[in-house]
Amino acid sequence: MPTVSVKRDLLFEALGQKYTDEEFDELCFEFGLELDEITSEKDIISREQGDEKAEGASDVVLYKIDVPANRYDLLCLEGLVRGLQVFKEKLEAPRYKRVSPADGGEPQRLVITDETASVRPHAVAAVLHDVTFTQERYESFIELQEKLHQNICRKRTLVAIGTHDLDTISGPFTYTAKPPGDIRFKPLNQSKEYTATELMSLYKTDGHLRHYLHIIENEPLYPIIYDSNGIVLSMPPIINGDNCSMLLNLKSVFCVCLQAKTTLDMVVTMFSEYCEEPFTVEEAEVVYPDGRLCVYPELAYRTETLSGDFINKRVGINESAESIAQLLTRMCLRSEVSGEGDLIQVEIPPTRADVIHACDIMEDAAIAYGFNNIVRSTPRTYTVANQLPLNKLTELLRQDLAAAGFTEALTFALCSEEDIADKLRKNIAETRAVHISNPKTAEFQVARTCLLPGLLKTLAANRKMPLPLKLFEISDVVLKDETKDVGARNNRRLCAVYYNKSPGFEVIHGLLDRVMQLLDVKPDRNQGYHIQAAEDSTFFPGRCAEIFSCGKSIGHLGVLHPDVISRFELTMPCSAIDIDIEPFL
Amino acid sequence: MADTGLLESLLRLLEKVDGGTDSQDVAADLGVDHQVIVGAVKSLQALGEVISTEQKSSKHWELTGEGREIAEQGSHEARVFNAIPDEGLPQNELMKMPSGKVGFSKAMSNKWIRLDKAHEGGPRVFKTVETIEDTVRDKLQLVQKGQSAKLEDKEKNELKKRKLLSEVTVKSYWITKGSSFSTTITKQETELTPEMIASGSWKEKNFKPYNFEAMGVAPDCGHLHPLMKVRTQFRQIFLEMGFTEMPTNNFIESSFWNFDSLFQPQQHPARDQHDTFFISDPALAHEFPQDYMERVKKVHSEGGYGSQGYKYDWKIEEAQKNLLRTHTTAVSARMLYKLAQQKFTPVKYFSIDRVFRNETLDATHLAEFHQIEGVVADYGLTLGNLMGVLHQFFTKLGITKLRFKPAYNPYTEPSMEVFSYHEGLKKWVEVGNSGVFRPEMLLPMGLPEGVSVIAWGLSLERPTMIKYGINNIRELVGHKVNLQMVYDSPIFQKPPKNKTEEASN
Repeated sequence: MPTVSVKRDLLFEALGQKYTDEEFDELCFEFGLELDEITSEKDIISREQGDEKAEGASDVVLYKIDVPANRYDLLCLEGLVRGLQVFKEKLEAPRYKRVSPADGGEPQRLVITDETASVRPHAVAAVLHDVTFTQERYESFIELQEKLHQNICRKRTLVAIGTHDLDTISGPFTYTAKPPGDIRFKPLNQSKEYTATELMSLYKTDGHLRHYLHIIENEPLYPIIYDSNGIVLSMPPIINGDNCSMLLNLKSVFCVCLQAKTTLDMVVTMFSEYCEEPFTVEEAEVVYPDGRLCVYPELAYRTETLSGDFINKRVGINESAESIAQLLTRMCLRSEVSGEGDLIQVEIPPTRADVIHACDIMEDAAIAYGFNNIVRSTPRTYTVANQLPLNKLTELLRQDLAAAGFTEALTFALCSEEDIADKLRKNIAETRAVHISNPKTAEFQVARTCLLPGLLKTLAANRKMPLPLKLFEISDVVLKDETKDVGARNNRRLCAVYYNKSPGFEVIHGLLDRVMQLLDVKPDRNQGYHIQAAEDSTFFPGRCAEIFSCGKSIGHLGVLHPDVISRFELTMPCSAIDIDIEPFL
Repeated sequence: MADTGLLESLLRLLEKVDGGTDSQDVAADLGVDHQVIVGAVKSLQALGEVISTEQKSSKHWELTGEGREIAEQGSHEARVFNAIPDEGLPQNELMKMPSGKVGFSKAMSNKWIRLDKAHEGGPRVFKTVETIEDTVRDKLQLVQKGQSAKLEDKEKNELKKRKLLSEVTVKSYWITKGSSFSTTITKQETELTPEMIASGSWKEKNFKPYNFEAMGVAPDCGHLHPLMKVRTQFRQIFLEMGFTEMPTNNFIESSFWNFDSLFQPQQHPARDQHDTFFISDPALAHEFPQDYMERVKKVHSEGGYGSQGYKYDWKIEEAQKNLLRTHTTAVSARMLYKLAQQKFTPVKYFSIDRVFRNETLDATHLAEFHQIEGVVADYGLTLGNLMGVLHQFFTKLGITKLRFKPAYNPYTEPSMEVFSYHEGLKKWVEVGNSGVFRPEMLLPMGLPEGVSVIAWGLSLERPTMIKYGINNIRELVGHKVNLQMVYDSPIFQKPPKNKTEEASN
């Protein structure tokens, strides 16, 4: 969930009202935001770097507000205030308008060349004309772009945003792609020119930028945007050029977004508030390699029609169409009763890209109504409960294994290859293990193929406890299985260990007899269960038996091999049983 | 146990005195060591209310080993004086006496003797007085008789300096008659035996009282794991509410069921390598319901069912990728799809099972945890119904004060975070997540248009950690747990009243 940090006093000034922390928290809760933290720059620095460093830092109160991940229109102070003011009916939702250049001149133009085909052959652009920035507005503008980069742009992999001082550059602009050695410019905040190749190595150590290098690093051509004089606007998605970087006192902003028009809409709608004519955005033309000419930003409004009855029935309220229209209008979805039955016409603004279905509109009506004003009612759905037979069997066996003196362990389903192979004297290839492709540590290399390693590790962590230690676990292991749609299946196993100064084979054997008694399986070579000597590398030679039930092998029991014991950092003899319980369903 | 004779002597002594006696006096009267009387008192205490006692401590003066020797044989100086005959004694001979050195100098300073250095045959010692009074010995004998009070403090301190006296603290008992005082001792039986029952002799016997303050012997038994005990209780709650258990025994899932079927777009951050464990072997799922998959593809890339869709290029390669399921909702999706293939009947489903996240680990996050999930599918379910079901569910956990916050989740709309009022922290805390499944998820499955599906989820570990007061999840789950914690953990009946609201965080 993205967090937006805003100055409290600035926020209240914009809201035209002062709140106590509690009141504001309450307002956030109702609207679906969360006042996550109340802090200041000074607090943050002192927490992260110590009090000394915080000396002299600003102690202006900051509100950190968690915003739902799909509400890009609330990622800056401007958007938050607009959303809340409309919600509180103190403001009517603005209508965003695309306009032609005021002086009747030609719109700015961005030409995309063929070479971009290998990188990102799509870009959109727009102009914020006659915009007035203050220090705070400017910071908020930069911050919004950063937030968008992290969220909707998926860390710049989907979309890259560039904003430039239009007075320092002149169109038409060219978006092309070139080999990195052929690109040379002075990047933002640097004092000299670099080639793109040099830049990539320069930014390897940059705490912020190094995270984006991989996006183009291995491409033969790098994307680059020039103005008509060959000045570099940016090398997206890495860095802007220094010449056209934005300053406080700029007049017009040229915005370019690679890939997504939604992102462009978001940037320009939020800050068009500060234009000479608020909420207007000057158009820009984009010429595609195939000759197509498109005008941006789209700022498209869409109208949906739905019935009051639909909203009432889904939410569980009983409001008139008029009152529902009013609720929706408070959520920046300007709505009107159409006059046809209880139909409501809802206008979705370009800022609400999250509204893609009538259910999104329904939710907004419910939020405006107040979730906590909705009457809670029990559904009349009549059903009969059933347990999953496998889980029922597991629950019943667990109780009786504990009654038999064994203590239940709860171990991880993920482990290292070593745990299920080398340490058990098995070959990893024979384990039918499912392998994880992106483990952060060796602990998560595979899904376990047996429960024994977890129990032995539990013993190792509890060597100080009085002997004997008697543990069991009934849980799932995972095995590759071609017959399943995903190529693997779970298998419910029962595993138990007895750890003492003597191996206690008879104890584990007795536990098998008890389990079979509970499962109502009699000792019998054909119709019941029996054990028979077997070789298994995990067990001590001559001290291992295979367990058969109705002629089918269901597992092993025996005294563990001394190497297995030492590899799990244990020192005493140990006997174990491991059986599949699924045949007993 | 002290011998019965001594015990009875003590009791007879006690019978004669009014208002009780001190164990030290008893020792003096009976002529035995005080420690023996202390033992006797303890034996009598064990017999019940025969005597009652009060512990006292007192200081008194006692002779040291040397002091006792002097009380018996006289002071060193007296011994020296007495050893000297009228004709005197050579000094070197006198010095050979055990008391020689100390006695000589003391006797000299007392002017009892004189030294003739010029005597022929070497220095010789002579008495200067006829008789002496051995006051040191007299004083020590007084102390020995228990009459130290007759000495002045100054005198006692002087003797202490000479290491002849020492002051000791004595713990003694003030003994009085108990409520069942008697001068005869009946031997007490420790336990009832089969013989006593057979012969009826138990009727005449006295039984030694039990010490009810002591702990009992721990029963020899196995123990269930606390997290699994809580799981059992949650299962019970769902079953009481008529919910049927879903088959969640499939940790490996395809991205299709884990994400795509839930209308979670393919570029969603949750599908990132940083959040999800992907599988390298078997890397891909190979079987999907084809028609359904086509409908899922369409709703993502183009929309439909009243939706705009996400308008992106949906790729089957992405959907095929196997992973460790990140939520049990993948199973709910499979179950709802299955349900849609039959004539619709309303259902209530639940599951409690493991899910996996490739996240940064800390004190409250592990790579795997248990998710509790409830799902209801029926015609015309409302958001108010969801709140009603949640209210019933949490009431069964003892949590009655709930409120709901709008939230975002890719596959539910509306989505609500469930908050309960925490009496301890005096604030609202999140206890779970809930919502109504999106039509873009349900309609491609083939569920009828009017059917709504409401669902909620929470983790099993959090309420368990609160219940058992555990701050680090590693102390609850995994092989590093202390088995003593497992042995000692109580049952999960219901959160105690004052903790009611914390128990589900």
